[in-house]
Amino acid sequence: MFTIEMKKFLTYLVLGFVGMFMLLPFLWMLSTSVKSASDVFAAVDNPVKAFIPGKTEWRNYNQVYDTTRAMGGGFARWYLNSLLVAVVVTLGQVTTSACAAYAFARLKFPGRDKLFLGYLATMMIPGAVTMIPNFILMRKITEWLTAAAPAVNWDASRVVYLFGRTFDVGRLVGLDSYFALIVPAMFSAYGTFMLRQYFMSIPRDLEEAATIDGCGLFRIFTSVILPLSKPALATLTIFTFMGNWQSFYWPLVVLTQDSMKTLPLGLLSFMGLYSTQWSLLMAGSMMMILPMIIVFIAGQKWFISGIQLGALKG
Amino acid sequence: MAQSTRGRATGAGYLFLLPNLLGFLAFTLLPVVASLALSFYAWDLFTPPKFVGLQNFAALMHDRDFWYYAGNTLFLMLAIPVNILGSLLLAVVMNQKLRGIVVFRTIYFLPTILAGVGTYLLWRWIYNPDYGLINAVITNWFPRWFNDGIRRLGVEWPPQWLTSVTWAKPALMFMSFWTVVGGYNMILYLAALQGVSPELYEAANIDGANAWQKFWAITWPMVSPTTFFVLTMSLIGGLQGGFEQAFVMTRGGPAGATTTISYYIYNHAFAWNHMGYAAAIAWVLFAAVFGVTLLNWRLGGRIVHY
Repeated sequence: MFTIEMKKFLTYLVLGFVGMFMLLPFLWMLSTSVKSASDVFAAVDNPVKAFIPGKTEWRNYNQVYDTTRAMGGGFARWYLNSLLVAVVVTLGQVTTSACAAYAFARLKFPGRDKLFLGYLATMMIPGAVTMIPNFILMRKITEWLTAAAPAVNWDASRVVYLFGRTFDVGRLVGLDSYFALIVPAMFSAYGTFMLRQYFMSIPRDLEEAATIDGCGLFRIFTSVILPLSKPALATLTIFTFMGNWQSFYWPLVVLTQDSMKTLPLGLLSFMGLYSTQWSLLMAGSMMMILPMIIVFIAGQKWFISGIQLGALKG
Repeated sequence: MAQSTRGRATGAGYLFLLPNLLGFLAFTLLPVVASLALSFYAWDLFTPPKFVGLQNFAALMHDRDFWYYAGNTLFLMLAIPVNILGSLLLAVVMNQKLRGIVVFRTIYFLPTILAGVGTYLLWRWIYNPDYGLINAVITNWFPRWFNDGIRRLGVEWPPQWLTSVTWAKPALMFMSFWTVVGGYNMILYLAALQGVSPELYEAANIDGANAWQKFWAITWPMVSPTTFFVLTMSLIGGLQGGFEQAFVMTRGGPAGATTTISYYIYNHAFAWNHMGYAAAIAWVLFAAVFGVTLLNWRLGGRIVHY
């Protein structure tokens, strides 16, 4: 029989081993990202030495930043795009989901339960099913709008002047537009479902008290329901934000222009150009995941509780 | 009075729902209907769509590429039970009152949260046949007799990984293990384990049960609802998965060895402009997902211990 101390030691040993397994790839990414071009291939003879860069070349990061600037603004622009898309989509999704969840959880109206069932049913549909028509919509919408309102040049890319510089901000709608990146993503059946489940668990007494005090439905929503749902709202916020920061498939489908790309797609086109310069590629990858690590560690409490919240649908 | 409150609630209900409902109709419900209709047409986006009835579906049944890629998808899904079992074992080890558990949990979750182009690029580098980490370990540290022995069996060794028809799929599966083993499933198992009453284990201890017996007689049945949920979600995800990894790491190759159904849909829809055919494949995929869900519901009641 093991003693308690032995068991503790063994547990830590296993946990540490698994932890190394999780972290080693990232450490290798970091060490490769600061290697000089000649050091990159050091692993051939000695896998351990491969983790220690001979000379630390932080310049690699500058180089990635500088060489991608010709690609529609490069990393600076891709950060901005990812941030813009993630922030606006998250705000939109949390707002529309919360309002709809309140309606489903608390308000009575004809067809409510059938509609909710419809929402639930669509959660099972593969993304590809809806993505094809949505792509066709974005592809064709400029033609349709030109036919309807020929006065506006729907096909042209727009330019914005800011801080004495010009920024290409893509079309108003359709392919290569912020509209395509943001608007279809702002509505979520999953978010509605998750918040509805949470709202249902709030005791009704408080709302009744607020009604007696003369509060309208909107006041009840903003000053009773929402403050009591902070954990669920925080969870949805952080999940939506991270998901959109990383979103890949839909942006890949609707974007061609480098200046409109979000981080994952920017990194992908960077990969196409520097396919064998591994130190630069790893520096680019680091630049993509570092902000996420920070957001994750800052909000990890909400992740853990959120995963358990989401699983209630089982 | 009652009448007027109800009237107010009805109007308010629709009003609160409206923004979400409009988006839901425009970007989910309408596209679902449209893609079903589209699956009965041939359309390249340039010439007018042509009604072809069930021809897309008939062609799909005889499309050897489709069946090969469906096979790839199922092959990659073989990683699912291993990943789930790994998550459960990890959760069992972590389910103790120890200092620093939160730190481990955070580290284990990192690959899940960071999964994307960045980590796929990283694994491309790790799997690099000439300079990558894994082959460096194999050639430098594995005993010579071992490496020679495997070669003598006629196995490609050290593997060319992502550029090898044999090894590309196992490479993606091993990466998926790294990505998901400490992620959502483990957190769910951890929560489930914390709900198991310690008295059950105490009783088993009195009966002299060993760790192995306790696991199969207590832990496994007690977490079976979680296993059921996790398995269902993984199967649904697996059927639809594999696009992003393959697109970044292998472009579906070599020779289509890592092309999955979702990748095939992407190619038809967005690379080759076969809108109708792509929609037909997407609906077949939907049917498969639906079938799995239905089957799980049916079986769930019988297998799961609540």
